[in-house]
Amino acid sequence: MNREKINRIINELPTHVIILLTIVIWVVPTLGLLITSLRPPEAVRNTGWWTVLSEPPGAEKYSQYCASCHGADGATLPAADLSNPDLVRQYPRSLQLLAILRQDINGQPHMGDIPLPNSQEAADIAVYLRHLSGIDTASQFSLNNYIDALVGYRGQNTYRTDCAAGTQPPDLRCNLSDILNPRGMGRAFVNSLLVTIPATILPILFAAFAGYAFAWLDFKGRFLLFALLVGLQVVPLQMTLVPISRFYAQAGLNGTFLGVWLFHTGFGMPYAIYLMRNFLGTLPRDLFESAYLDGASHWTAFRQLVIPLAMPAIASLGIFQFLWVWNDLLVALVFLGGTTPVMTYQISNMVTSLGSGWQVLTAAAFLSMLLPMIVFFSLQRYFVRGMLAGAVKG
Amino acid sequence: MATPQDISKTVTPRDVNVRRKPARASSAPPVPEIMKQGALVPWLYLLPALVVMAFFIVYPMINTIGLSFQNRDGTASAATTCREGNPCWGVFENYRYALTAEFNTSSPQALWNSFWSSSYGNTIKWIIVMVFGTVSVGLGFAVLADRVKYEALAKAILFMPMAISFVGAGVIWKFVYDYGTQQNQIGLLNSIITSFGGRPVAWLSTTPINTFAIIIVGIWIWSGFCMTILAAALKSVPDEILEAARVDGATEWTVFWKIMVPIILPTITVVVTTMVINVLKLFDLVYVMTGGNFQTDVIANRMYTEMYKNFNMGRGTAVAVILVLAIIPFIYYNVRRFLAQEAMR
Repeated sequence: MNREKINRIINELPTHVIILLTIVIWVVPTLGLLITSLRPPEAVRNTGWWTVLSEPPGAEKYSQYCASCHGADGATLPAADLSNPDLVRQYPRSLQLLAILRQDINGQPHMGDIPLPNSQEAADIAVYLRHLSGIDTASQFSLNNYIDALVGYRGQNTYRTDCAAGTQPPDLRCNLSDILNPRGMGRAFVNSLLVTIPATILPILFAAFAGYAFAWLDFKGRFLLFALLVGLQVVPLQMTLVPISRFYAQAGLNGTFLGVWLFHTGFGMPYAIYLMRNFLGTLPRDLFESAYLDGASHWTAFRQLVIPLAMPAIASLGIFQFLWVWNDLLVALVFLGGTTPVMTYQISNMVTSLGSGWQVLTAAAFLSMLLPMIVFFSLQRYFVRGMLAGAVKG
Repeated sequence: MATPQDISKTVTPRDVNVRRKPARASSAPPVPEIMKQGALVPWLYLLPALVVMAFFIVYPMINTIGLSFQNRDGTASAATTCREGNPCWGVFENYRYALTAEFNTSSPQALWNSFWSSSYGNTIKWIIVMVFGTVSVGLGFAVLADRVKYEALAKAILFMPMAISFVGAGVIWKFVYDYGTQQNQIGLLNSIITSFGGRPVAWLSTTPINTFAIIIVGIWIWSGFCMTILAAALKSVPDEILEAARVDGATEWTVFWKIMVPIILPTITVVVTTMVINVLKLFDLVYVMTGGNFQTDVIANRMYTEMYKNFNMGRGTAVAVILVLAIIPFIYYNVRRFLAQEAMR
């Protein structure tokens, strides 16, 4: 390596360090979510997700406090076999473990001469005991949390073990119909799709019509109306929720898909028209002129010229509207609520009640991100293009 | 993620290519003579869009203003909700409540403190910290990523949170901020702190850290948006100018501040205003992460609380009107910018 090259590497080093550090900050939280969603509940409750690859923290404490009597493998005392999962399950946390350590055994202190571990040490030992007895290692990673999330299981164990034991909650039947349990993410996924697809197609269709009129038709007040539209783009959702929810209550549209479709259509409109008009305005005018010279009507020109040519704009718009509707919480919360819960609603409910623990919540959150992530990474080009609102065309 | 409405004000062909395009004087794209048809045809194309917009945006806005002067279920004037012995603003009673209820006026010091922990003070914190954070991370990353080979991948990663919902991002970060009361910390941040011997912090319930903890999540989500738009603007900075400056001995720091930033300043302004609007409207994050508790409330969440938790329509709509009043300068700015662009075409 010559001197110049070394100099260049040293000069570039800070750039790489800053970029890589930023990337780490951006990736690690999501990675934590993914790993947690694959871990068993006890492990999630007791150890951080980053410990999955490391030695359990209690190994050292175990050998300090317990190994002298129970042995390194925990099986030295047959009456208190720590490699027996059923025994260890009775002491899931430091509290239970300390309680038994304080009790006398055959009139002798449990710990003999050894001092009691403090609660942090006891917690570490409890974790190590599960590792030792094979509870954790049996299934360090599994899709159980995803199954629990999909069917809406909220019990202490997992859906699978409960179903095997026949002790499942009353709203579950342990067959395929559970996937549509109203409390589960499976049903919410279907609802999200049912909300999102029409709420994406409708505004694009309407915007294509209006964008064509604004770009290539002549009418009075065209410019004024479009300027008004630009102003409407930033009107906050909050400003229109109350009157619409009152109207929906009277018209019986609360909790219906139709109500949400129409609301998203109305609100997506200003931006969609803006993008369409700007895109269609850049199409060459000779194209339209020659079409008209050939005797085409506006309708023919729209169907056979505009729609095919506007496909890039339609793609960008489609991705945007899709992600916006799929990820929306406020509209779903107000107009759909718990009657037809979508994914964002279910997750926000799980967060605020936290009834089902991190493992199900993280699985549910990851399920809800799956489709947007796929859309995003496969169609990123159109997404960015839509965000630059036609800059690529210019 | 980005609301469609937000994106449009960002960059248009005109922004990026302003200096390259010859200016034309007309105020709207001309329509070829041959295409002019009956007066009715354009309106048929506009009809569906105009109907849904009139019904879902224009009419509710007017209605909301009316409701903000009425009582909790819209049956009588807001003036009737005044109570004997309490201050009363007549029909503006809901506005009195919305503007003053969070404030403790017993002393100037208490007023100042209650202002900074109110939904208004928090919204101001959000605007300042989040806009500064997203724009500086976005701009810095755009400039730096331009120089490395893995530019596309790095940008995609920074941009990725835009595809995730605020709810999903809320879950991701709630887990990072998790605070365990006794045993092992399973939240990443507290675990790092305890491993260095520090004491764990209840990030989301300790005022005033909690507001900033949520703002960081906002920055995590939106930096990619700012980065993408600023990167596009940076690409339009002519290489010759940068090279000339470097040949003349300018440091990278000088090139950045004296050449890049001034040239892309119009785009930076656009990104800043877009972000301010986004922050004002932001609801989901606060709702999911704290529900507005522990003095983390913001205006947009307060509107939801008044309307759908306290079921007070008058107060809810009054907060919404205040939110719109805060946004009106940006609506004005947007329209003016649009007019300027059209004049350039």
